[in-house]
Amino acid sequence: MRETFFQQVLKRFNARKSSVISLFIIISLILLSFAGPIFLPYSPDEINVDAILLPPSTLHWFGTDALGRDVFTRIVYGGRISLLVGFVAEGIAVIIGLILGSISGYYGGKVDSVIMRFADIMLCFPTFFLILSVITFLEPNIWNIMIVIGLTGWMQIARLVRGEFLTLREREFVLYEKVLGSSNFYIIFKHILPNALNPVIVSAAFGIAGAILTESALSFLGLGVQPPIPSWGNILTSGKDMMEAAWWLSVFPGLFIFVSILCYNLVGEGLKEALNPKYYK
Amino acid sequence: MRTTIFFLCFVMFFACKADKPVSVSNKSGNLKPDYGDMLIEGSIGDASNLIPFLASDSASHQVADLVYNGLVKYDENLRIVGDLAESFTVSKDGMKIVFKLRKGVKWHDGKELTADDCEFTYKLITNPETPTPYSGDFVMVKNAYAKDKYTFVVEYKEPFAPAISSWGVSIVPKHLLEGQDVTKSPLQRSPIGTGPFIFKSWQQGEKIELKYNDEYFEGRPYLNGVVFRVIPDMATMFLELKSENVDFSALTPVQYERQANTKKITEKFNKYKYLAFAYTYFGFNLKKDLFKDVRVRKAIAYAIDKKEIIKGVLLGLGEEATGPYKPDMEWYNGNVERYEFNPEYAKKLLAEAGYEDRDGDGVLEKNGKPLRFTVLTNQGNDARIKTAEIIQRRLKNVGIDMKILVLEWAAFIKEFVSKRRFDALILGWTIPQDPDLFDIWHSSKMDARGLNHYSYSNPEVDRLLELGRKTVDKEKRRKIYFKVQEILADDVPCVFLYVPYALPVVHKRFRGVSPMPAGIAYNKYKWGVPRIEQKY
Amino acid sequence: MFYYLSRRIIAMIPVLFGITLISFFIINLAPGEPTDMQVELNPRITPEIIEKLRKHYDLDKPIHVRYIKWLKNLATLDFGKSLTPDGRNVMDKIKERIPLTITINLISMFIIIIFSIPLGVFVSTHRGTIRERLTTMLSFFFYSIPSFWLAIVLIMVFGVYLGWLPVSGLKSLHYGSLSSVQKFFDLAKHLLLPILVASVGGIAAFSRYVSSNFDDVIKQEYILLARAKGIPERVILKKHALKNALIPVITILGLSVPGLISGSVIFESIFALPGMGQLLYQSVMARDYPTIMGMLVITSFLTLIGNLLADIGYMIADPRIKYR
Repeated sequence: MRETFFQQVLKRFNARKSSVISLFIIISLILLSFAGPIFLPYSPDEINVDAILLPPSTLHWFGTDALGRDVFTRIVYGGRISLLVGFVAEGIAVIIGLILGSISGYYGGKVDSVIMRFADIMLCFPTFFLILSVITFLEPNIWNIMIVIGLTGWMQIARLVRGEFLTLREREFVLYEKVLGSSNFYIIFKHILPNALNPVIVSAAFGIAGAILTESALSFLGLGVQPPIPSWGNILTSGKDMMEAAWWLSVFPGLFIFVSILCYNLVGEGLKEALNPKYYK
Repeated sequence: MRTTIFFLCFVMFFACKADKPVSVSNKSGNLKPDYGDMLIEGSIGDASNLIPFLASDSASHQVADLVYNGLVKYDENLRIVGDLAESFTVSKDGMKIVFKLRKGVKWHDGKELTADDCEFTYKLITNPETPTPYSGDFVMVKNAYAKDKYTFVVEYKEPFAPAISSWGVSIVPKHLLEGQDVTKSPLQRSPIGTGPFIFKSWQQGEKIELKYNDEYFEGRPYLNGVVFRVIPDMATMFLELKSENVDFSALTPVQYERQANTKKITEKFNKYKYLAFAYTYFGFNLKKDLFKDVRVRKAIAYAIDKKEIIKGVLLGLGEEATGPYKPDMEWYNGNVERYEFNPEYAKKLLAEAGYEDRDGDGVLEKNGKPLRFTVLTNQGNDARIKTAEIIQRRLKNVGIDMKILVLEWAAFIKEFVSKRRFDALILGWTIPQDPDLFDIWHSSKMDARGLNHYSYSNPEVDRLLELGRKTVDKEKRRKIYFKVQEILADDVPCVFLYVPYALPVVHKRFRGVSPMPAGIAYNKYKWGVPRIEQKY
Repeated sequence: MFYYLSRRIIAMIPVLFGITLISFFIINLAPGEPTDMQVELNPRITPEIIEKLRKHYDLDKPIHVRYIKWLKNLATLDFGKSLTPDGRNVMDKIKERIPLTITINLISMFIIIIFSIPLGVFVSTHRGTIRERLTTMLSFFFYSIPSFWLAIVLIMVFGVYLGWLPVSGLKSLHYGSLSSVQKFFDLAKHLLLPILVASVGGIAAFSRYVSSNFDDVIKQEYILLARAKGIPERVILKKHALKNALIPVITILGLSVPGLISGSVIFESIFALPGMGQLLYQSVMARDYPTIMGMLVITSFLTLIGNLLADIGYMIADPRIKYR
């Protein structure tokens, strides 16, 4: 029964070409970022002060950066950070948000109040202030950054899920199940959650994009990953003060961010339709 | 944004005065300046407090410099000359200074400045209630008093060579501050001084406007006013410059080399460059076992290619540093070990120290412990981070594994530097005009609050530094600091990396901009614009 | 409903209290002290000077004593004095920056709503067409452009090359000599690009939420029923579908207040605007505790109001939600 559901999902997902292509692109970007060393002629931290800020050429496809490093190589390696940041951070956020949001929305009352007040408190902190505090406490490495982005990102999902639950739990089919005496657990997972998932997936896809952008904003503020590790965000930021002198430092990483964000969202779209049986009744 | 974090790199751009500057393209026409027009100066940070000794940021001092005067100042050749003081005499033993004030100098509110104001300023700065970081300048003072209306006398406990320069501190008006809590004084927001410009208005985070002082004792300035515009982002600063909304600003090396050569800029602006009064260094924590062996420190010094750093980080716009002074200073001793790039020799030194790569991982080890450490630097200073990246690469080549950790400034200082929780760090110092090095290199400054971060202790250096402070005779003093530089170079408590160039640009309509050892900003109040070119 | 609302408003008090408590301790535990910024790396500093400064700022007292003192002052709406050398009242510091930030954010919020709803509906009702694909791509494009990048490009084009708009800042130099109408246009010219930058990402994001919800709603039974009844499509879309599709969007709107304020730090610094974002960033970096606390209290308050409004919006949009 389970497997057939999974197969159905797969089939439905496969039916959406744009989502399949997007998934393919994301997977190849990830693979590329890890398999890069095998075929790339440069190393990402190969400094060459005689080749500073060279424009794109056949030698350096995407030009070189302020220390003469090959930008293409750095972008390929940067994918490890940038693609992962979004995925891991948003994963943490979605899990926390789903759990707290469902509990809050389904039970309501005191439980709801406590959870939502806690979410309110969390929301009132400007995220970057929280990130800053954590980074000053812990070492500013990429894992800590991902965890912090995740821990500060669940509130939106929780509130969305709760909002859906608030509406859904008053719906006829839930009330009917209740009358039948079904357990809360069963009702939440069988009836409400699948229906509440829609906005979550869209929001999560955006969250991934948001996390990628947060990483680049952190780089802008100088609080991102540690040098010399490249990320799309810090390559982009390094080009900020020389957009005219070195456009390739802004355009190429920006392009990669755009493509990955687009792909993550199209995959999210496909998933949403594939997971939600409502469309195919 | 980022006020203090940028302080050190900021100092490079604005506050520095330098020897033998190079004028890159200064074609001043035959026109003479007339009264009128304004200078719009771009500043990355807003001022914090316009009672200058309450603030330590350069943005505040830039403004205060035009509004206040000190008793003395540095002239264009970096000699100390009288400012509010018409003349001053230092006694032979260096223990007493007598300042004769100019007569008839008026505060901006019309009252006359007297020696009482100087005495009051001294008392205010040394008052324990005043939250100023500058009272340390005056701990050696035994007594400072107004002898008569125009004579101000200072007596010292012992000879103190840096004494005279400390009297460049801004003199504040007694009649407006006496009997008040200085931290509540309105003068913090709207200062009243004796300087060439009068404070006009301050829009927080936006701009500060000054207007000319008609009664200035050196005559009224040509300019009608000076406006400091706060532009926190260097990219925006350059765009403002390009559209001629800013007349005077500093550039980054990339902007200077790669973006400021377009016709749009060169037709309208003069570019200047001169050695900034600051250096960047790679410092060791000498308490770590790893760096106790001088051969390891020397090996690292030889493994670092300073030329490469200057080329990569500053695009060539800097000079190699060999000690705590800059090459064009009279205190500079170029005749010390320079540690020219020599990786082979570095490897040899490491082998001598007992390091070899037994497990073939590319990292040397000794007694099973790999030659591995972390270098710290602060967030917000791109040049230092790039320097770290270049050094990392070079050290890897000789078998040293160096990690880089970039930390936010407050945490960096408090948790790591002050507590000496670091292996090595990349930081910078400003180079004061006075050669005194006591606070950074004397072993008594090794405690947590002291600035001897390296925990460097050498009795000979201690002795010389103590002597140097007490020696008033310039030649003797020079010899002392020459010797200190030799010892520092041999001991390698840190690798002196580079002295960057300050890279200001000024709109061409301003006349009287003349690059001197002190840089260009020293006579800003004398700049002016011929009538036909006036803009505002 | 009135009962519910009054309870919600009362419940805001412990939340605000919780926020101040947690943040006060986090801030004070974070490494570094405000005095560090003034004295560190200054060669002429003696330990006595540091003690003097710490005493001046009350930093020598234990943290709970300081918190209680802060709370007492808060009761009279006194946020204390900034610990930076300017030593000004925090209230004054915030007051002069709040109008700018609120203006920019309110206008951009308005623009976001105005543009994203029709855009979202358009996308949802034209699924599969080329126009829809293009719109979607474009909205992703704008979403993924980092705001600093967009800001600089816009300045380069409109400020430097075309010279139509000012490069940065809030007012022209001759602002003081303008008539009030001219003043308005001067401000408007300066704020045009910042508002644009602040809105673009939001429009892209919100239109996605709207269209996604619209997709769901339009497949609901009651819409199908309405169609079957022969109610005109326009009426269905406007009256039934849109209203329901907007519910989750309301939540997100209510949530975006603190994000907008802290998110403004980037474009404020590029456009050289003296707003709250920059102040917050500077204060955090300088460990200016009273200013940080003051800003947190104010943004928290605004956020809570935003959330409350969102909940009221819920009730209006969906009467089925019960509030006990």
